Amino acid sequence: MVSNLLTLILFTPTLAALVLFFLPGNEKKLLRWAAFLGSLIPLGLSIALWFQFKVSQPGFQFEERYIWYEALNSSYHLGVDGLSLTMVLLTTLLTPLAVLASFSITDRVKPYMILFLLLETGMLGVFMALDLLLFFVFWEIGLIPMYFLINQWGSEKGEREITKTWKVPARTYASFKFLIYTMAGSLGLLLAIQMIGVASGTYDLTELFKLWPKIAELKNIPLGLPLETVKAIAFWAFVVAFALKVPVWPFHTWLPDAHTEAPTAGSMILAGVLLKLGAYGFLRLVLPLYPAEAQRYAGGLAFLATMAIICGAFAAYGQMDFKRLVAYSSVNHMGFVVLGIAAAAYAAGTQDAVIALNGAVLQMFNHGLSAAGMFFLVGVVYERAHTRDLADYGGLFPLIPVYGGILIFTSLASLGLPGLNGFISEFLVVRGSWPILTLPTALSMIGLLFTGAYILKAIKHVLHGPTNPTWIGHISEINSREIFVMVPLMVLILWIGVWPGWILNVINAAMNTMMKTMF
Amino acid sequence: MQFPILSVIVFTPILAGILILLFPADRKNEVRVTALAAAIVSLLLSAWVYFSYDMSMGGYQFLEKYTWLPQLGISFSVGVNGMNAPLVLLTGVVMFTGVLISWGLDDRPREFFAFLFILASGVFGVFVAQDLFMLFFFYEIAVFPMFLLISIWGWVKTREYAAMKLTLYLFIGSVVSLVGALAMYFNAGMNSFDMFDLAQANFSHEFQVFWFPFVFFGFAVLGGIFPFHNWSPDGHVAAPTAVSMFHAGVLMKLGAFAALRVGIILLPEGAMAWRWLIMGLATVNIVYGAFIAMVQTDFKYVIGFSSVSHMGLVMLGFSTLTQEGLMGAGIQMFSHGIMTALFFAVVGMVYDRAHTREISELGGFSKKMPWVAVAFIIGGLVSMGMPGLSGFVAEFPIFMGVWKVMPLVAIIAIISIVITASYIMKIIGKVFFGPMTEEFEHHIGDVTVLDKVALGVLCAIMITVGVYPSIMSPLVASGVQSILRLFGGA
Repeated sequence: MVSNLLTLILFTPTLAALVLFFLPGNEKKLLRWAAFLGSLIPLGLSIALWFQFKVSQPGFQFEERYIWYEALNSSYHLGVDGLSLTMVLLTTLLTPLAVLASFSITDRVKPYMILFLLLETGMLGVFMALDLLLFFVFWEIGLIPMYFLINQWGSEKGEREITKTWKVPARTYASFKFLIYTMAGSLGLLLAIQMIGVASGTYDLTELFKLWPKIAELKNIPLGLPLETVKAIAFWAFVVAFALKVPVWPFHTWLPDAHTEAPTAGSMILAGVLLKLGAYGFLRLVLPLYPAEAQRYAGGLAFLATMAIICGAFAAYGQMDFKRLVAYSSVNHMGFVVLGIAAAAYAAGTQDAVIALNGAVLQMFNHGLSAAGMFFLVGVVYERAHTRDLADYGGLFPLIPVYGGILIFTSLASLGLPGLNGFISEFLVVRGSWPILTLPTALSMIGLLFTGAYILKAIKHVLHGPTNPTWIGHISEINSREIFVMVPLMVLILWIGVWPGWILNVINAAMNTMMKTMF
Repeated sequence: MQFPILSVIVFTPILAGILILLFPADRKNEVRVTALAAAIVSLLLSAWVYFSYDMSMGGYQFLEKYTWLPQLGISFSVGVNGMNAPLVLLTGVVMFTGVLISWGLDDRPREFFAFLFILASGVFGVFVAQDLFMLFFFYEIAVFPMFLLISIWGWVKTREYAAMKLTLYLFIGSVVSLVGALAMYFNAGMNSFDMFDLAQANFSHEFQVFWFPFVFFGFAVLGGIFPFHNWSPDGHVAAPTAVSMFHAGVLMKLGAFAALRVGIILLPEGAMAWRWLIMGLATVNIVYGAFIAMVQTDFKYVIGFSSVSHMGLVMLGFSTLTQEGLMGAGIQMFSHGIMTALFFAVVGMVYDRAHTREISELGGFSKKMPWVAVAFIIGGLVSMGMPGLSGFVAEFPIFMGVWKVMPLVAIIAIISIVITASYIMKIIGKVFFGPMTEEFEHHIGDVTVLDKVALGVLCAIMITVGVYPSIMSPLVASGVQSILRLFGGA
């Protein structure tokens, strides 16, 4: 079946950005609604995509292929399987919510919204690309809008001391760190992609999946290294690039800074989707392209993931800045994704591996929902109180009861309460990894325990305890627009928690196919 | 007979230049309009050549040949193939945008445009020349007006020093390559300067290896190859805006292109023998140029050194002698030309308003001139090789080519991407978004419509090539094929 649905989804946001470009800059209301509408269309289309997608049919669907860069034999090749489909749905769902959350932005609305829409195209492109070069194109494109969103619309307060005499605004520091970290991490990926392209003569992923893992000979190996070593280095180049984005300990240090300084909607997308790009890279590229290397180094990866889970939880517990706390919780939660992937790589082909992968992908989706929700809620209270220091809050529950209820609901999803979505995916990961990598999985339970601790700490400081008298009469209840942002997230959180079958079917089919094609 | 389109392209600017000189000095507006008209004609004609080149046929097209001095075997012979067609288009674009942004120039615009157009004729001539003598002829025509343009309209503090340095450097370079060219002429013994004839001369291996460095490095001086690059930042900085655009955008390509056309194509075995040296120097260009650019405090010097870094990529592509590398170098010449023209245009616009180029004193310009800020950001992304823009389309194949012959160099050279990103982002953050001083707050206005048109055209080209590389890559690839045949490959 020939259809251009994917292209349509991919470029509607760009078109909307173009439309915005020609709208007058001072009509803020018009700009906001145009951006919102522009991001709703891809959501509608991707829901249509979801229902047209045939779960039982293995392999990629809705494929499109046009000549792009003929001289390098790289084509504009798009397609989705269950994994990409889930991620496309997550992206198109979170973007309109983030746009809606940005209605409170009053400074330079036009460029802000344009950047947001371009960011959506960049992220969607990564999830849809079936060409290695195209993948890299979209992978890098997403960086730039995010850089400017943090750099220009980030929190205005705060300074970062580089040396005793040299101080820069915190958002400048954070955005620069984000950009340079990620670009430096991508250099290895870029080099490895070039090497693969030179060796295989194609960038098409469907062909590379068959070709590259079995490649027996490489021309022009630097320094005369053996093939095994070169492939191992290329494997680690991929891993580092993706691990930076996930982020896996010890590559995570850009994340708390970027999250803390980003505007609320920026944090939502950053945590909700951008971190998934890294995990998606592991699943889409690393496992199928390097099955042997992935198996050999799975232990190392599992170690890093466990460290991310444990240290992320401890670090989150140690924070007194509400937003930083939530940021570290992302490190903690994304650790489970990587743990699942490591386990699957180690025991590829077994039923346990498929379970672990199912858990990892569902955890990606779930974390997207709950982290976006958490960052939004932090933003809501920050907009009213202008502080993120947990010590400054206190006893807000009686003042803003609806907000309190929503915060508790979302936090518990993040904590992994049975009945809500986080529990399902973390349980699947743990169930899948336990027989394969028992020790790391067992150790990661420490992290799980502290997840409970830091979530409760946050709730305690914000909502409970003696009411801080400064806020009486000065803090207003969450408004209807903000509730409207939270409702879809909460519905999905509850829905997946109670009946995960509808989404797990899609993921499971894709993971089964992937495991089969790997071996 | 077919319409002699290349001759028209070559001679339109110079004729317009002479016509302009005939105007009375105070008719400034007429001068500008004439200049713009000539620039538009050149642009349209060069676009026509670019798009009507028949790729399925390949080889040199639009050939013209008129005997000029038969006793010495010199003829006026021109033609384009996939390698120089983009460069002709580039020259047309830079000429057009250069005129647009020089509209407000008030100091003797008549002479300014006249010299600029003589220079443009020279550039067109070098790109299309198929006769070695004609190539030198136009080369000198292109270099000399630069001296006048810089020393008369340049930046008061360094213009005399820079103009002198630049001209002497380039003359020395061209003399060295002229020696090599004469050696070729006599050794071939065909009494012909025609490069098609010289290509058939079957120079001996020893001859090629001995004379290749003369020809190649002589021209490569103008291409800014390390260690002969240091005329270029000084020259760029001292030159007035439109001249800097021409200079970095087109003139440096002139050197690189001539090094390819005369050096590598006529002396292929020499190129094989010397490629490792070229590759080494180009790597130094790329990495060292980027580091030096990072520590500059003058806005224009940053851009000047970034050109050194990016021209290194062109040389690196040449030195691979592979399909990908040469094609990437061809696209990089075009992409860098457009990008750096944009950079210098932006620097000029900022300087015209702020009267300083010290990065530490500038700030907050995005509020006053948002178009310029956006254009600079797009240009900056091109320069750091951001995918989706023309820089990536050019750099990626160059690196692929390097992987084929010397993977280690690819790993070293790629560091420059992060360095470039860091200095570009630093500038964007400071100059366009940093705090604006009280003084600027009141005095600085937006740029004119013509400036915006110029910036818009340049940005549109970079985006188009980046999003749809196949608009340029098959053309350049067809030109590369003919070069590779000399090396017995592909």
